[in-house]
Amino acid sequence: MIMPGRWRNLAVGAIISASALAISACSQGSDTPEDGKEAAAEILNVSYDPTRELYEEINPKFVAHWKQQTGQDLRINMSHGGAGKQARAVIDGLDADVVTLALAYDIDEIAAKTNALSEGWQKRLPKNSAPYTSTIVFLVRDGNPKGVKDWDDLVRPGVAVITPNPKTSGGARWNFLAAWAYARKKFGSEAAAEDFVGKLYANVPVLDSGARGATTTFAERGIGDVLLAWENEAFLARKELGEDKFEIVVPSISILAEPPVTVLDGNAKRHDTEAVSEAYLKYLYTAEAQDIIGKNFYRPTGEAAKKKYASTFPAVNLVTVDGDFGGWQAAQKRFFNDGGVFDRIFAEAKK
Amino acid sequence: MTIRSTHTTASIGLTVVALAFLGIFVALPLVTVFVEALSKGIAPYFSALVDPDAVSAIKLTLTVAAIAVPLNIVFGIAAAWAIAKFDFPGKSILITFIDLPFSVSPVVAGLVYMLLFGMQGWFGPWLREHDFQIIFAVPGIVLATVFVTFPFVARELIPLMQEQGRDDEEAALSLGASGFQTFLRVTLPNIRWGLLYGVLLCNARAMGEFGAVSVVSGHLRGLTNTMPLHVEILYNEYNFVAAFAVASLLALLALVTLVLKSILEWRLGYAHRSAGH
Amino acid sequence: MGLTLAWLSLIVLIPLSTVFIRAAGLGVSEFIEVGFSSRAIAAYKVSFGTALAAALVNAVFGMVVAWVFVRYEFPGKRIFDALIDLPFALPTAVAGIALTAIYAGNGWVGQFLEPLGIKVAYNPIGITIALIFIGLPFIVRSVEPVLADLSAEVEEAALSLGATPVQVFVRIILPSILPALLTGFALALARGVGEYGSVIFIAGNMPFKSEIAPLLIVTQLEQYSYAGATAIAVVMLLISFAMLLFINLAQAWSRRRVDA
Repeated sequence: MIMPGRWRNLAVGAIISASALAISACSQGSDTPEDGKEAAAEILNVSYDPTRELYEEINPKFVAHWKQQTGQDLRINMSHGGAGKQARAVIDGLDADVVTLALAYDIDEIAAKTNALSEGWQKRLPKNSAPYTSTIVFLVRDGNPKGVKDWDDLVRPGVAVITPNPKTSGGARWNFLAAWAYARKKFGSEAAAEDFVGKLYANVPVLDSGARGATTTFAERGIGDVLLAWENEAFLARKELGEDKFEIVVPSISILAEPPVTVLDGNAKRHDTEAVSEAYLKYLYTAEAQDIIGKNFYRPTGEAAKKKYASTFPAVNLVTVDGDFGGWQAAQKRFFNDGGVFDRIFAEAKK
Repeated sequence: MTIRSTHTTASIGLTVVALAFLGIFVALPLVTVFVEALSKGIAPYFSALVDPDAVSAIKLTLTVAAIAVPLNIVFGIAAAWAIAKFDFPGKSILITFIDLPFSVSPVVAGLVYMLLFGMQGWFGPWLREHDFQIIFAVPGIVLATVFVTFPFVARELIPLMQEQGRDDEEAALSLGASGFQTFLRVTLPNIRWGLLYGVLLCNARAMGEFGAVSVVSGHLRGLTNTMPLHVEILYNEYNFVAAFAVASLLALLALVTLVLKSILEWRLGYAHRSAGH
Repeated sequence: MGLTLAWLSLIVLIPLSTVFIRAAGLGVSEFIEVGFSSRAIAAYKVSFGTALAAALVNAVFGMVVAWVFVRYEFPGKRIFDALIDLPFALPTAVAGIALTAIYAGNGWVGQFLEPLGIKVAYNPIGITIALIFIGLPFIVRSVEPVLADLSAEVEEAALSLGATPVQVFVRIILPSILPALLTGFALALARGVGEYGSVIFIAGNMPFKSEIAPLLIVTQLEQYSYAGATAIAVVMLLISFAMLLFINLAQAWSRRRVDA
């Protein structure tokens, strides 16, 4: 658009008034809490969908812990959503001090696209920066009416499978890779695995954008026979929506999901919250937090909690992304980016 | 209007069809909201509404509307004034531009502000340097809301002011009244009911907007969650009663809007029957 | 005047221009590749197909509703009349969860339709129903004032001269309300194509089947594809602008007809 002089003046005026508006609105927005002693700290934890209940329980414990250690009041703000959406929001400027996402790739993206984080972030905390792990299991309706035992059963005609969209959901990417790993092992080739996974997605009637949406579709709306779910999400659905309504089926092969956590140094430095952010994440590895983690159906990594909750979590033959798929960067590029295997499967399905 | 006796069968038939259609497509969803909200009784309903996160969502929604609606009132009057009282080239293009937010997908509306003020956008890094937060904070939500409610007041006033012409104003001016006096004494009384009507619609949309706000909000519990976003979050937490409880509050708001609107329509007379929307 | 333009450019034009500038940075071939990928085209088809279907349903029933409210008296008329505007006032997300609760397989209405093999929620029929809800007032409120101006005497005269009711409708009523009907139709269509809040709850969101274009924008953003998001946004913006221009032309045309 060519701007004649008069319009240019207007545009300049517009920008000036935009800033004025922004400033006035900013002062409006940054209300400090009434009790706000000067020293009170505030951090933002941007997380993925199924961790709502976990952090709802951990946060008050850590707030108390921090108060006891330093005497400082702390407020922890939470944001939940599909992992991809959350990482993208952080890249777009959601001012997180720590991120606790579903998979390393999303945090890699944050490291690559912002200067809030250095590339070696995953080495900074123990156990690949994953204080808890999980895996993918099947949730079926009571009595398992379709007799679903393993991945094979998901490609049978007439079995409807609910899983979110791997393009937007971290959990769905774990689902996809777990299915792939099973088929590759069973049929012995990548081509057969692609064929198998294609058949599986042909049985998917609803593709939600996040893990929580998929669970709601399955559990509350009564769509589908099997939900591919995070183990913790499957346990939680039974607890919240009725133990007598659903059963958990553990497949012969699944995948070790390591949801990583990290401090976004750039943001924390700017907020002057580096110490508390780091203490927060380190706290996740303590016995107290590990116990809460086990109680919320995540697999703990601490020895004591591991032992305590051993009976809850069945032993599964677990593959890993690093060992079996060459790490998240390679897996993302091959399977989930535009033009990748997942797109191919859907383009095929259309024909 | 009289009904001819020969038409009675047809008229009853058509009336039944029309009311059934309204019932199924419009009334049923409304009833559902209240039934689901009260499905576990009164106590859980009210406890969902006094939950601190719900309260802060309600406050935020009110704040956003309190900023966005007055801005659009001022603009709406100015735009309608310019279009109705002056002749200039490109008028219909201007009207089309004013209408644009009406048909732009709310998601696109959110996206454009993201592209402007996000960290990957034009002003994001500068804003961060100066410690202003627009996206994922209240200002972004206000901007997105102003965008989607942009045409409501103007659209309501333009036909009204066009109809009234400019004779009254010209008379007042020729009698020595200042422009501002003329506006206050002559124009405003003429348009007040239409204005109220536009404000009502604008306010309803401002409080209920979902798509655009969802893109720029960041979904921080207790901080940047408006009521519609809070409904979605509760829905995703298996907390269906609470989700429908907050939804019912919004539905109630919609009903109040409709009642006020009906009263206004009665005051306006049947002549002005919103040809715009 | 100056204020109008400044505010308009500030809130609408400058923000919208960013999409075009971003998209212009893509280059033609890349733009076509992402803006018209097979998945994007499928999404446009879903968005337009359902919006068109909903607008057609609304055109027929909206006309009936408008006719009934203009011509007949019946108890509770004012309440029903107010109800017509509910979709304007009710937040779309609220409509979305309510409609899903009604039409899902275990919902109020869904449980009766499911055994008949009719699946409403999570496929294009569900999207269409949500858009019928959203679009209804546009048609009714556009047609109503024109119908009210139409004098019943002409129809009565035609009937007494031996015309059938169908003839009266086709020859007398339809031509007079056509411009208003078209306006309402286009408004409902434009709104339906862009609708997001009420649709995502009920859509099912399957690529190539029930994924609407606005959702695809969100999906593209979530996989860090700003190029994809802006390209689709530009396509949708151009379409909205074209439809609006059509509406305003239709209105000008109808005004000329009325004047004549």
